[in-house]
Amino acid sequence: MSMSMNAVSNGVRLRLGGDVLQGLQEAREQLKSAEGEIVLDFSAVRRIQPSGVAAMDKLARAAEEKGIRVVLDGVSVEIYKVLKLVKLAPRFSFGGM
Amino acid sequence: MSAGVSSLSEQRIAYLEELVRQARTAAAVFTQFTQEDVDGIVKPMVLAGLERARELARLAIEETRIGVLEDKFLKNMVATEFVYNYVRDKRTVGAIREFPERGLTEVAEPIGVIFSITPITNPTSTVLFKCIMAIKTRNALIFGPHPKAWRCCREAMRILYETAVKHGAPEGVFTCLEEPTIEDNVYLMHHKDVSLIDATGGRGAVKAAYSSGKPAMGVGPGNTPVYVDRTADLDMAVVDIITSKTFDNGTICASEQTVAIDDAVYDPVLRKFGELGAHICNERETAVLARVLIDPETGYPQPLAVGQKAADIARIAGIKVKPHTKLLITPIQGVVREHPLSVEKLFPVLAVYRAKSLEDALKVCVDVNHAGGRGHTAVVFSHNDEVVRRFAEAIDAGRIIVNSPGSIGALGGVYNDMVPTFSFGCGTGGGNSTTDNVNVYHYLNIKRVARRTQTHMWFRVPNQIYFNRNAVENLRQFESRSTVIVTNPALEHMGHADAVRRAMSPGTAVRILAIPDAEPELKVVLEGVEALKLQKADQIIALGGGSVIDAAKIMKLLYESPEADLEELAAPFLDIRKRVARFPAEKPGRPRLIAIPTTSGTGSEVTPFAVLTDKKAGRKVTLADYSLTPDVAIVDPQFVMTMPKGLTADTGIDCLTHALEAFVSIYSSPYTDSNAMQAIRLAFQFLPIAYEQPGDEEARTMMHNAATMAAMAFANASVGVNHALAHSLGARFGVVHGRANALMLPHVIAYNASVPTKFMPSPNQRAYNAHKKYAMTADWLGLGGQTVEEKIANLVAAVERLLDRVAMPRSIAELGISKEDFEKAMPELAGNAFDDPSWRTNPRMPLMSELTELFWSAYQGRGRAEAAGAARGD
Repeated sequence: MSMSMNAVSNGVRLRLGGDVLQGLQEAREQLKSAEGEIVLDFSAVRRIQPSGVAAMDKLARAAEEKGIRVVLDGVSVEIYKVLKLVKLAPRFSFGGM
Repeated sequence: MSAGVSSLSEQRIAYLEELVRQARTAAAVFTQFTQEDVDGIVKPMVLAGLERARELARLAIEETRIGVLEDKFLKNMVATEFVYNYVRDKRTVGAIREFPERGLTEVAEPIGVIFSITPITNPTSTVLFKCIMAIKTRNALIFGPHPKAWRCCREAMRILYETAVKHGAPEGVFTCLEEPTIEDNVYLMHHKDVSLIDATGGRGAVKAAYSSGKPAMGVGPGNTPVYVDRTADLDMAVVDIITSKTFDNGTICASEQTVAIDDAVYDPVLRKFGELGAHICNERETAVLARVLIDPETGYPQPLAVGQKAADIARIAGIKVKPHTKLLITPIQGVVREHPLSVEKLFPVLAVYRAKSLEDALKVCVDVNHAGGRGHTAVVFSHNDEVVRRFAEAIDAGRIIVNSPGSIGALGGVYNDMVPTFSFGCGTGGGNSTTDNVNVYHYLNIKRVARRTQTHMWFRVPNQIYFNRNAVENLRQFESRSTVIVTNPALEHMGHADAVRRAMSPGTAVRILAIPDAEPELKVVLEGVEALKLQKADQIIALGGGSVIDAAKIMKLLYESPEADLEELAAPFLDIRKRVARFPAEKPGRPRLIAIPTTSGTGSEVTPFAVLTDKKAGRKVTLADYSLTPDVAIVDPQFVMTMPKGLTADTGIDCLTHALEAFVSIYSSPYTDSNAMQAIRLAFQFLPIAYEQPGDEEARTMMHNAATMAAMAFANASVGVNHALAHSLGARFGVVHGRANALMLPHVIAYNASVPTKFMPSPNQRAYNAHKKYAMTADWLGLGGQTVEEKIANLVAAVERLLDRVAMPRSIAELGISKEDFEKAMPELAGNAFDDPSWRTNPRMPLMSELTELFWSAYQGRGRAEAAGAARGD
């Protein structure tokens, strides 16, 4: 399993592992029932691929439609820079890096 | 999005947007890759390109109908193998170059999305080359191929793309426009997510790229002039020119266009061309070719001939040639306006010109170069280095190819050690941003990590300093045939000059030159130089105060280097090591300068400074250079025992000010600090005694030493704002220098000890420490105090007590200067103080308003112990 899930105070916390796409798919599923915010723990993610960028774009769009805040926790500077370059960074909130 | 794209359909725009989106994502993802990652991708790409080189050459020929299969194959090989050979060990990710001795590191930052125009003439080779560069540098490429070459380009890209992705490259890293149009190019050139345009193409594409407002590299047309000099190896020259001009049927824009041949070798060269398969056209054939191949309206070649064989071109023109004719040689009598065939011809037709002389040849080559070929390529065949030099200086070309083929030579890596490329930067002459062979470094933003460096410092003083009573006896060891003693009449009258003469080596011819006891004037100095010449002096002894020693320093300079321009040498500077003016180098057999001070304050005996007054021009000239420093200093107190009280006080306070300012200077160092601190201690202890008991030999000796030590400190650390203020005040109101220093000193200590409004840039100072150094001084003097602030206040109070004890004026008002006069003079006072170079080493940078405040503080005579505390916010 590449991902674990914990309930947080007012939403869901997902820990992303080796298969980022699967984790992001799961996050989109969680959005359906989530309220407030959803936290994605990126601390185990070392690199993101174009498919991951596309999945994050989808996730951001879905979260915006539902008015849910997506917090990315533990994002490395390298991945943060990718999100800045593809202009996805403003669509997420960022926790501890 | 931009002008000129209104004809694009919504569907086409969506297509273009998708290409950009893919490229942008790929470029962003690529930023995470390491050097090992990209190197692991590049190698299999290169192998894939090599493996398919012939197939790609065939596709290019089939689609474009231009060029020669075998040559296109070779180009594809060069674009992969040779380019790889150049880039394989290059670092292009992270830290790419280190310059430890300069504290610099260059770090690579990818560019992002590059829109790349590729030409019809070298379609697949250019794509292979750019794909390798892009992966090596972690960039994404969108190809905009020539509309008549897009299929072969797309195939070349596909082969490398699939290999790259297979080995880990981000998807979308290369894309290629299908059925490209000019409107597509315009749209992409203006797209906000395209970071760079790399336009390897025709005039229109390059111009569009540069007009887009985006960063762009453009490679345009050439018009390669060639000179075959009489010293050339003619066999080699002819073979090289044929090889180059027929390579891919002349489609490389660096290939030879017009050859100026030295008259002496013109006939044999043409004969050799003929022997090796070229057809030498007669006058009629040349005229026919010009009519058929060059558009009479535009002056440009007709596209129908581009990349065609010589025999086919001849057939089109109705000229009878042998079936395997390699090249059509067209002799012309003039270039540019005189003959249409002197333009760029991307086909195997070569103009030749019989040059009457080197000058004639160079002029013709310049004409060809300026007829559409500036910045591109030029070729010279010669074994005369002077000819090559003159050719290289005359011709504006990024590549001057010597004794080798122009086209293959310009590609780099085959005939020379230039960087292999398929993009020739043509500099501003060609409307480009570079003259380089475009390579991986042009696909990078190179960041410079500049570490703080400590500038090297110095401590330069005379290499011999003799001190204490009867130190003058040391003169005897300095042999001299002819010595001039520069002094003033009063000192001569007091017998000091005789004392010096007696101490000198026997047999020395001595002349005494008594000059007025005032700041030296240019006229006096020039007279002194004449005296030195007359005496053929090999030794100068300066016996006197600062004025006499300064005069002797300048006399020696002009005596030794009559060419020295004092005005230029006095030019202002910020850093003595980087100054504009250069002092003359010291000459062999230079005269020795020995300085014997007769006051205890200026320290000129060990400093590199000299002040001169040019009364005629109405100004002062300050010279500063270590070559002015005397060779020997003799600090003998016997010459100051009779110094008057006032002079003792003035010079003593000058000495204290030198030491205090050097101690907190941004150029201070442990070497200067040690001298400054001792000088401060000695001045506090012995100045009152020397002042009150002038006959006290110990006090005189210690103050004499203190002055020299303080000067050794400020000769290397310089002074500060106190001197800037004192110089200005002294010049405006005629206040003696020592007194002017005294009036400012307590205020300046308080000022420097407070938090600066502006810090002084200073790489050698880790933090602002003037207040701590003042506190250290207070400790050293045993003044007491617990905190830094208390210690500074105690130092200011101690300075004030010392000033009182030696009867220094304590306010400018005391000098009888009215408030109105002072106020009126303030703009000049503050302005001159600001212009004074002395404050450049002050620990804090003075504002004009702060200089004004300091003057007013000194006018009112405030600035005592409590002011120091107030300044630090107590």
